[in-house]
Amino acid sequence: MSAPSLTTPRAQQNPSGVALTQSRRRPGETLFRITLQACLLIAFAALAALLLWVLVKGWNRLDSRLWTEMPTGLVSRINGAGVQSALVGTLWIISLVALISLPIGILSAIYLEEYADTTKWYNRLLELNIQNLAGVPSIIFGILGLGIIARALGLGFTVITAAIVLSLLVLPVVIIATREALRAVPQSIRQASYALGATKWQTISRQVLPSAVPGIATGSILALSRAIGEAAPLIVLGAVTFITFNPDGIDSAYTALPIQIYAFIGRSQAGYTELAAGAIVLLLAIVLVMNSVAIFVRNRFEKRW
Amino acid sequence: MTDDKTSHPQSSEGISMNQPTATSTSSRPGVNIAPQATGSGFPAADDSVRETAPMMELRDVSVYYGDYEAVRGTSLPIRQNQITAMIGPSGCGKSTTLRSLNRMNDLIVGARVTGSVTYHGQNLYAKDVDPIEVRRRIGMVFQKPNPFPKSIYDNIAYGPRVNGMKVANMDHLVEEALTRAALWDEVKDKLKSSALSLSGGQQQRLCIARTIAVKPDVILMDEPCSALDPIATGKIEDLMHTLSREYTIVIVTHNMQQAARVSHYTAFFTAEVDEKQVRHGRLVEFSGTQKLFTNPDDKRTEDYITGRFG
Repeated sequence: MSAPSLTTPRAQQNPSGVALTQSRRRPGETLFRITLQACLLIAFAALAALLLWVLVKGWNRLDSRLWTEMPTGLVSRINGAGVQSALVGTLWIISLVALISLPIGILSAIYLEEYADTTKWYNRLLELNIQNLAGVPSIIFGILGLGIIARALGLGFTVITAAIVLSLLVLPVVIIATREALRAVPQSIRQASYALGATKWQTISRQVLPSAVPGIATGSILALSRAIGEAAPLIVLGAVTFITFNPDGIDSAYTALPIQIYAFIGRSQAGYTELAAGAIVLLLAIVLVMNSVAIFVRNRFEKRW
Repeated sequence: MTDDKTSHPQSSEGISMNQPTATSTSSRPGVNIAPQATGSGFPAADDSVRETAPMMELRDVSVYYGDYEAVRGTSLPIRQNQITAMIGPSGCGKSTTLRSLNRMNDLIVGARVTGSVTYHGQNLYAKDVDPIEVRRRIGMVFQKPNPFPKSIYDNIAYGPRVNGMKVANMDHLVEEALTRAALWDEVKDKLKSSALSLSGGQQQRLCIARTIAVKPDVILMDEPCSALDPIATGKIEDLMHTLSREYTIVIVTHNMQQAARVSHYTAFFTAEVDEKQVRHGRLVEFSGTQKLFTNPDDKRTEDYITGRFG
């Protein structure tokens, strides 16, 4: 190799003597890229396999009976059954979770991000604990709900109990997502608002929040899609394995799609596993729609600075 | 002029709010970006330097961030309808001092101001003073243009709206503010489009227009041209000159030529290291711009302006 080792021998023949063509392969680069692609492939393959399995398994059940018919405990009638009560239960719960967790979560985040003096120990303790809460297993929330909300407060095994517990479960996620969104609003916008004589609340409500809406909406919807798929806390909160009526109020008995799936899949008869697969597709479809809304909101309303 | 002018209930006292015809766009005598080219280049050349009454006065102002004293014992007057420049090397506390003039330092956790800053004789740091009201009267333009991610129109209308100003005709007010900021002709056909679609220089003039819209007395500018190209800088400088007829302006700048070009008075700050090896910003010299740049009293000022230091 001659002196400028950056160039290939062929390039050195370039009359100008300046050669910028690639000299040699960089095996490390290639290897790293292949590793990254392999990781992505693993994640994607697992998801694709799961989707394919439930689609194949539940194919026969993917028709309107899924949401027009009630579940049944009778093997003889399972082929005509659906999961309407579970679907309605899930919709009840998720609407209530949204009503409870979003206002509390968003307002808490505004306090922590805009008002709290982070030099004070109690505010730092609060922050730390919210981070920790986000990592608590959901079954723990279920047990807490059973002890305090269902029994001590006497709300029983009802829709509202389930909604409160799931709200507590996703609250840290909503708070963290909202704080991230608020933090992404440049400080210069707040300063500009204050410099015009706006009050703190005016600055937050008219500048910071509108700019943070896409981030808040995205985080909130993702938190709700987490809540929709939760089965563990509902198991201890007395969601019944199947009911043949729809919940008619917040104090009604209920079941939810994850619980229904769990109950059906545990039974040996083919009719039940098929219906479970159909219900999984239904649940996935709901989650997918919610996530699409989140992506749409983010792309449509995101502010670029 | 007064018929389309909106009135603000709180601004009717002795504060001069009368404007000359608003269409007086940049007819500054002998506008030249390079001051050394013709004559002195100082605003003094057009007789506009006057020892007007101080609109604001700093007396022994020190600004602390926690225990750190960022600026020590500054005293200087801000004269009405004059442009006062603050110059000095980085870290000399000029921006900090500027921010103490409209209580923007309040927004920094742990920041505190001692001494007094008076505005029309009232101490801005007295207990019963509302910082919101202070900032409405003493507006600020920042280093980096920071328009709101809203339409041009809404950027201007925001201030009057949040202040609850009784505005008979918001369209007029927006036009008036944009006209005074020499931006109207460029944006009159796209008032509803996003402010972020404007160029950097236009954005900065929009920020000035937005500040004017709340009808302040004093406009503070924190290195308003440092993110702009020379042409945009020239426009802002012309604008400052025009605005100084109606407003009192304080500008922080890194650019000594800019201070020499636009200001009537100049304060030179520097960073001093004390016995404990801690740096503090300190006012070295305050005088008329022409004097400060041609015949400074202090050796440190002379070293700085001749480029031997900083």
